[in-house]
Amino acid sequence: MTLGGQTAENMIEVRGLKTQFDDVVIHENLDLDVRKGEIIGVVGGSGSGKSVLMRAIIGLKRPSAGVVKIFGEDYYRANEAERRAIEQRWGVLFQGGALFSSMTVAQNVMAPINEHLHLPKLLTEDIAALKISMSGLSADAGDKFPSELSGGMNKRAGIARALALDPEIVFLDEPTAGLDPIGASNFDELIVNLKESLGLTVFMVTHDLDTLHAACDRVAVLAEKRVIVCGPIEDVRNADHPWIREYFSGPRGRAAYASTVADKTGSG
Amino acid sequence: MRRSRPGKDQSIILIYTITLQALRRPVENVKKVIIMRESAAKIDVDVDGSVFRLNASGEWRARYLGSIDAQLRHFSDESMGYDLIIDVTDVEQMDTAGAMVIQRTFLSCEQRSGGSKIIGASDLHAALLAQVMPHLDPCAIEREHPNAFLMMLNRLGRGTVNAYYAALEILSFIGFTLSKAFYVFSQPQRLRMKSIVHHMEEAGLDAVPIVGLMSFLIGAVVAFMGAKILSQFNAEIFSVELVGLAVLREFGVLLAAILIAGRSGSAYTAQIGSMKIREEIDAMETLGIDPMEVLVLPRVIALVIVLPVLAFMAAMLGLIGGGLVTWLTMDISPALFLSRTKEMIELNNFWVGIIKAPFFAFVIAVIGCFQGMQVEGSAESLGKHTTLSVVQALFLVIVIDAFFAMFFLEIDF
Ligand SMILES: Nc1ncnc2c1ncn2[C@@H]1O[C@H](COP(=O)(O)OP(=O)(O)OP(=O)(O)O)[C@@H](O)[C@H]1O
Ligand SMILES: [Mg+2]
Repeated sequence: MTLGGQTAENMIEVRGLKTQFDDVVIHENLDLDVRKGEIIGVVGGSGSGKSVLMRAIIGLKRPSAGVVKIFGEDYYRANEAERRAIEQRWGVLFQGGALFSSMTVAQNVMAPINEHLHLPKLLTEDIAALKISMSGLSADAGDKFPSELSGGMNKRAGIARALALDPEIVFLDEPTAGLDPIGASNFDELIVNLKESLGLTVFMVTHDLDTLHAACDRVAVLAEKRVIVCGPIEDVRNADHPWIREYFSGPRGRAAYASTVADKTGSG
Repeated sequence: MRRSRPGKDQSIILIYTITLQALRRPVENVKKVIIMRESAAKIDVDVDGSVFRLNASGEWRARYLGSIDAQLRHFSDESMGYDLIIDVTDVEQMDTAGAMVIQRTFLSCEQRSGGSKIIGASDLHAALLAQVMPHLDPCAIEREHPNAFLMMLNRLGRGTVNAYYAALEILSFIGFTLSKAFYVFSQPQRLRMKSIVHHMEEAGLDAVPIVGLMSFLIGAVVAFMGAKILSQFNAEIFSVELVGLAVLREFGVLLAAILIAGRSGSAYTAQIGSMKIREEIDAMETLGIDPMEVLVLPRVIALVIVLPVLAFMAAMLGLIGGGLVTWLTMDISPALFLSRTKEMIELNNFWVGIIKAPFFAFVIAVIGCFQGMQVEGSAESLGKHTTLSVVQALFLVIVIDAFFAMFFLEIDF
């Protein structure tokens, strides 16, 4: 796929990012690259600014300094037509789901398709059904309204909407939070499969250590207002930083690690 | 900045960009059509003995599928009795939607003959085809609606029954509010003074400019109309009585009530309604915090206190407006206006107006809070109940006003 005017490798380039709310600084001098076709997991403590970083990249939180480039373009400097073009190439899952409350789940998934692709109605409905099923919802969830869904179902519907246009990159804010463990591992599988068959790039904020191990090619750790380490999980795990040590060597971190090691020795 | 809250000066830019966008749209569409022709998904059909061959080529991505979707849907009829072979060797790109369409076509034919297959898929495309395979079942889009006529009957019946229950519910909510009020007044430390003062400021003080301006203008208009008509009988001087009676008895308080219903009644519904949507009300109840006491009562009390004040102010400004117009158009000096008002208009006219204010305030606040509590789930429901809140409040204000008018007429006050 030729991607207009970008340095072949990087889907996202963040340089010297600074964001703030009034005089509370959230990020300072933050650098991050996301390469084409990789799954990057962003971790960090609660309130460390993961969601705000995602909002800065997708054009919802204007940085007070620094540059954010996506597909090689600066969203904040792009004109209306360029923005529309960019918006068709990404999909976003917000932390709270952010489904449109006056539409059914299926209509939510159809909304971006109708807006951007103008396909025949039957085809649109088929695509919506496909995405809903792929995200792990049963077919009878299609005509439910968001207020009638459980928390986990809300998340899944949000995932279905994020994937509606088969985007080149998806931004997922805690996609597995609120999913049952079976659903969570199905989700890992779905994302990895899509990455492999479509070359999908994934920017994923997550606290789920199992997902980090199972799905992520690289992990970026957000602390002290910037990305302190970014690399394959093995490298990150060995980085010398108190928060990282505590994160990976706490009981949950050890359990997740043990299970992946067991998987690898078991299968190969 | 387009996505964040637009500031005052930015809203103009926003309107400008939206207009530009609207103007530009048709051009964009033309471009889209051209692009489609260049790299659309294509199919060629080949009949070879008992084999029906379908050669797919081009870009099988969602945006290019629109033109061939209908053709593929009829395909299963044409291929009746043949073996179907779908050749995807020449497909350049495929996404999940493309894979789904291929699988769907294949499945709809496969049921009739065993020799059908999909050939020529690269590893990537094969993986994609396999991935969508388990997810081909259609799903429900929206709930079935019966036909329009039945729906209309249904709505009529439902509406009638609901109106009855809504009336009962409002009555019971009023009762509930009153009993809570007695309970809270018997334990004054439960009164949320801070909240009451806050709402008094929002609903009262902040509304002073608009209520003042409107009643000033209404006073002026009444005087003007009076002057016009009464001068035909050489009785201009009576427009002083006209202004005094109209403004003191009715217009001052009614105008204040109407503005407050639009301004604060709707705000109450929106505030409480969005709290309801975000489960804040449920959270309060489980924490042992009584929403009636925390949300409803302060609003009701605040409005009952400030509306009479606003009504008083409205009446005074109405008199000033009327006085100004009589002075300018009929040379009735302010001194004459005042002394004639004092002479002709008895004080009870003023009381008739002001006495109604707390009742109006109570109704407006209670309806606003009640409708807020009725909100469920969606943003649409919030909008519906905000509308209902204003409409019902206005309706009840007018009805109560009519009752008061009859009452005062009967007792000759
Ligand atoms: N709209 C806002 N106004 C002011 N401060 C905000 C706003 N949104 C976020 N913040 C602050 O920015 C910081 C980072 O918030 P963010 O939502 O990015 O955290 P997070 O890393 O996503 O946490 P979590 O893992 O809990 O989702 C927090 O300290 C938060 O208080
Ligand atoms: Mg967050």
